[in-house]
Amino acid sequence: MSTRVSLFVTCIVDQVFPQVGIAITQVLERLGYRVDFPKAQTCCGQPAFNSGYTEEARNIARHFLDVFQDSETIIVPSGSCASMISHHFADIFENDPQLLAEAQALEPRVFEFSRFLLEVAGVEDVGARFDGVVTYHDSCHALRELRIKAGPRKLLSKVRGLTLAEMTTAEECCGFGGTFSIKFPEVSGAMARTKIDSIQQTGASTIVSIDSSCLMQLQGVIDRAGLPIRTLHLAEVLASR
Amino acid sequence: MNAPEAEIQQTISDPRLQLAIYTATGRVMDLRAKVVSDEALPDYQALREEANAIKKHTIENLDHYLEQLESNVVAHGGNVIYCRTGQEAADFVLDLAKKRGVHMLVKSKSMTSEEIHFNERLEEHQLEAVETDFGEYILQLAHQRPYHIVAPALHLTRFDVADIFTKELGIEREEVIENQTKIARGVLRRKFLEAGMGVSGANFLVADSGAVVIVENEGNARLSTSAPKIHIAIAGIEKVIPRAQDLAVFLNLLGRSATGQPLTVYTSFLSGPRRGAEIDGPDEFYLLLLDNGRTKLLADPDKRQSLYCIRCGACLNHCPVYRKIGGHNYPWVYSGPIGAIITPQFHGITGDAWLPFASSLCGACAEVCPVKIDIPKVLLKLRAEVVEVQRREDSGGWERFAFQLFAWIATHPRIYLSLATLGSIFFPLVPHLGPLKKWASQRSVPEPAKQSFHQWWASRKPTS
Repeated sequence: MSTRVSLFVTCIVDQVFPQVGIAITQVLERLGYRVDFPKAQTCCGQPAFNSGYTEEARNIARHFLDVFQDSETIIVPSGSCASMISHHFADIFENDPQLLAEAQALEPRVFEFSRFLLEVAGVEDVGARFDGVVTYHDSCHALRELRIKAGPRKLLSKVRGLTLAEMTTAEECCGFGGTFSIKFPEVSGAMARTKIDSIQQTGASTIVSIDSSCLMQLQGVIDRAGLPIRTLHLAEVLASR
Repeated sequence: MNAPEAEIQQTISDPRLQLAIYTATGRVMDLRAKVVSDEALPDYQALREEANAIKKHTIENLDHYLEQLESNVVAHGGNVIYCRTGQEAADFVLDLAKKRGVHMLVKSKSMTSEEIHFNERLEEHQLEAVETDFGEYILQLAHQRPYHIVAPALHLTRFDVADIFTKELGIEREEVIENQTKIARGVLRRKFLEAGMGVSGANFLVADSGAVVIVENEGNARLSTSAPKIHIAIAGIEKVIPRAQDLAVFLNLLGRSATGQPLTVYTSFLSGPRRGAEIDGPDEFYLLLLDNGRTKLLADPDKRQSLYCIRCGACLNHCPVYRKIGGHNYPWVYSGPIGAIITPQFHGITGDAWLPFASSLCGACAEVCPVKIDIPKVLLKLRAEVVEVQRREDSGGWERFAFQLFAWIATHPRIYLSLATLGSIFFPLVPHLGPLKKWASQRSVPEPAKQSFHQWWASRKPTS
């Protein structure tokens, strides 16, 4: 088995949450993988695609295909971006047989980070230690498009010192939705506040998820309310010792 | 039209209304989850697949099944009238009422009749239409349109109903729900006996038997369709299903998805007027098959699945946006995710261009849809259509500029890298940028990273 894996950090991790990419690199290297980071990578095109800018999204997606054409395994720290690549690239290129074939060839090589650990690396315990009570937020695209539900919880259950407290609304949307949060800021904020109310009832001091965009949304509303809750990407928890 | 921002804000900041919406939708969510669970209905996912396949087949062969339905209704002594518009449907009823000397009719719950403003059209000609579903009756008294496809008065509490009854019926204040239903029953019983016509909708139209199938819990639909001498059913053409045996699939899904009931209290199969030896039933039966824009939806292979909808309302109950903004802020009688995809298709994409964007694309709607309409996919298609129109008209403003710029940067890695840590330039500006000001009104803007991942990687010593 090849131990070389390519990392697509996503634009939001690159620009706003580089520590998530760093954490993933640490976890993978500790497991013995050689991490490759194609330097020409930028974005998967999802922000444009979800906002109706198909032409712009197609150009970005084509760039992605070029950058990662030689990568055997592509690891993505986001359910949403992984789903964009493995599900929606096919929609974007539906009228272009050649690029469609390229997108379809790429699809089985793309893994959301937690899925890679469990299904490819075959690891549940990465040797992490994290003291505290955490609650897990199911990000919508990971849950409903990639069917990721039990995996991240399994990884968390092996972390020493960590207690998982489930919220009743784990599967409810955080209200981000990309440009939705700009076009309907009050609705988006109200959705986040409902979610946070239910998180507070768990007594958890940390919210963990596999999508940085959801965590940015929740942290923004938490900070505005001055609540003592922090958000962490699963990779950050798994990298901690 | 832009989104009704002020009204949306009002709904979000009304704690009483928010609680009413959350409690009502939450209760049905819990009930539904129980009756579609693996223990309660192991075949649930297979039934959804089958329902989707039947609807797909029927919508793609609609002409055939409508003709079959028509011939079977006629064979039972009924009449079928094709109506292109709501006006044509109303005109037919008005004309028949005039001929038969009818001044008042009773109605059971029908979203199709709400869609064509049926009552208002009749009232213009002094033909009184009385709603007999309890929720619809309350709303008729209050002069409001349905808040929800299945639970029309979902937003009203018993105290609101007490206010409406006192004001509109001139009776003493009554806040006990059981007593409120008794009051309505007292008024409506007389109307059932006096009405010259009964008008209903239809949940399903069975092509191979000619039956109109109606599900309900109050018994008012059964009375409306059997007590008066004339029964008129108004239904969209998409309500047809091929075979009576297909009901085994749809009836199993509809009640569970709509109200969390394995079956509704009443399921009526109505096949034409009373025949020779029968004691009950109307003397005349008319089926009004309504287009009102539906054939327009047939044209697009990706979006025509919008016509599969059986109006269970599950997508509304599970939609985090509907649960915040409620039913009345949607521009048409169909609210929630299904309203967001069918309204622009019926009324034109530019009419309510904001609707397809009023979604976080969370996908909760598609997950609970009993006929598996891929609502997020249709929303995305509609968004792309709106943007295409803006491109043609050279409108779209800051957003189009931003996405074009973003796409250009994202396809030029050297530029992307030279602008490294875009965030450090961009994020501090957020609270001051026009369209982003409001975004920042709800949340703290994230701290930009001091070093992008790209920069971190470049600074790393090569690992051995």
